Amino acid sequence: MNLSKFLKNGFLILLASLVLTACATQKTQTGQLQGDVYTGKDSVEYLASGVPDRVFFATNETVLTTASRETLRKQAAWLRKNSDLNIVLEGHADERGTREYNLALGERRANSAKDYLMTYGISSNRISVLSYGKERPVDSGSNPLAWSKNRRSVSVKAN
Amino acid sequence: MILRYLIILLILLPIKAFAVIEVDITRGNLNPLPVAISPLDIDKNSKDNFKRILKKENIGVEISIIVENNLKQSGLFDPLNKDAFLQKPDIANLKPRFEDWNLIKAQALVTGKVTFIDEKLRVEFRLWDVLAGKEMMALAFTTVPSNWRRVGHIIADKVYERLTGEKGYFDTRIIYISEKGPKTNRIKKLAIMDQDGFNNKFLTLGNELVLTPRFSPTNQMVTYLSYFRNLPRVYLLDIETGMQEVVGDFPGMTFAPRFSPDGKKIIMSFAKDGNSDIYTMDLENRIVERISNHPSIDTSPSYSPDGKYITFNSDRSGYQQIYVMSSNGKNVKRISFGNGLYGTPVWSPRGDLIAFTKLHKGKFYIGVMRTDGTGERLLTENFYQEAPSWSPNGRVLIFYRETKTNAKGEGFSAKLWSIDLTGYNEKMIETETDASDPSWSSLLSN
Repeated sequence: MNLSKFLKNGFLILLASLVLTACATQKTQTGQLQGDVYTGKDSVEYLASGVPDRVFFATNETVLTTASRETLRKQAAWLRKNSDLNIVLEGHADERGTREYNLALGERRANSAKDYLMTYGISSNRISVLSYGKERPVDSGSNPLAWSKNRRSVSVKAN
Repeated sequence: MILRYLIILLILLPIKAFAVIEVDITRGNLNPLPVAISPLDIDKNSKDNFKRILKKENIGVEISIIVENNLKQSGLFDPLNKDAFLQKPDIANLKPRFEDWNLIKAQALVTGKVTFIDEKLRVEFRLWDVLAGKEMMALAFTTVPSNWRRVGHIIADKVYERLTGEKGYFDTRIIYISEKGPKTNRIKKLAIMDQDGFNNKFLTLGNELVLTPRFSPTNQMVTYLSYFRNLPRVYLLDIETGMQEVVGDFPGMTFAPRFSPDGKKIIMSFAKDGNSDIYTMDLENRIVERISNHPSIDTSPSYSPDGKYITFNSDRSGYQQIYVMSSNGKNVKRISFGNGLYGTPVWSPRGDLIAFTKLHKGKFYIGVMRTDGTGERLLTENFYQEAPSWSPNGRVLIFYRETKTNAKGEGFSAKLWSIDLTGYNEKMIETETDASDPSWSSLLSN
């Protein structure tokens, strides 16, 4: 278990360095992908001015990227300012996985965002989690860019 | 010595003549057996009565067409064109002229008779070995006229069983998810139909998202996932009464349900705080038991037919792979070691194989492996397909397949497909709407 975690982290670091080296070419190609994490603004909506509602994930991953953590810190600040608001974190996966596993993956992604919000002082009873697996894509395309937009956790006002 | 051999030979010969027709179902449809399905004979009075009740011109012909289609779909039989038949149905059913049937190369012949008795449908049918010139089987049964399609399925099952030595799978139903609307906002309904796509019925209205229905071993109950009130939970539905209930009282999403082989428990995943583990709930005493306990995603559980083991997929190795454990959660063992990701394991009703979905280099496969993970065999490759479900005799798998959309995101469809365990006879199953998540019932008549 420890070994596999260690190997997984090792792999992530390797992946990250690959992403960094591949970055320049990837960015000129699409301008919207870093590794296979979506960095564009296409489907993004705003909870308030300057507060994006969603974060994106790499294939099969639930780790938050630097950009995702920045987005979530903005959400946390907004939630602190609006202490009467509750949110639902809706976790999603792309269509390239089995339905049941993707339900679990969506739940894990939403929880990864929830955990981060909690470390920035948002009480867990203000956040509920709902996984849609691959049932509610935002982009109906069958290509890597569409899939990257669909691997997401979206914060939705609950009241 | 020689004399003794001669005697044995003499005794064996007639037996050999009996055993002339045999269908080898392990070798696929390379040489389907030519069979003649004679229209079932019907007298004028019965014909008129059925016409009045069922709005079918000739129910004897209709039933024989069902038998024919089933046998043809199995890929093991080659039903001959009825235009070539020389003998009339009534005479054929009394005593076939085997030379005539032999002439059109039929090796087996099915004849029969339908009658209207006391508002009921009575059918008798016979299976004949054309080469040996013998009757192989004769059966008669009575049912309500509205069951006429099932009559065709039951005859096909009996013929299949007599000629292959294994139970058939035609008198069965499929529960599945009917899909409609844009890919980004699909409307999904629980639906049920006969194995051949007829008698389709919707069981939910489409107001909430529903997924992954599975039959109980007795076919009366269905367990599935519903997003009723935006709370994804495992539900239990009684098909006859329409009664629904939530399974257990979990403080979070429950999903991936299946029945235990004795029908007494539901096994499923429960997701909490980013971790999914496997649980069971006893349907009689409502006792919930945690079966797996690991910080990884454990889901898609399926029992072995004897109930002693559970196969499931887990990403505890870092990626989705297939595992087997004892039904108490102990002795967890990884069994998939090939290249790629493995999911949705389902134990064969014969107990010897596990069917699965595999993702490798951007392609999805449906395959089977032995329960220790050896002997992996991939049956079909496509852009996207998953979730195999076994026919009750363990010879055919049904699954769903989705198409790739074009650059504009158009052209999405989801359809049900079936394939033989041999890898032959891949077929799309016609459905009124798009369809996914099929689950095959056990035989309705046993």
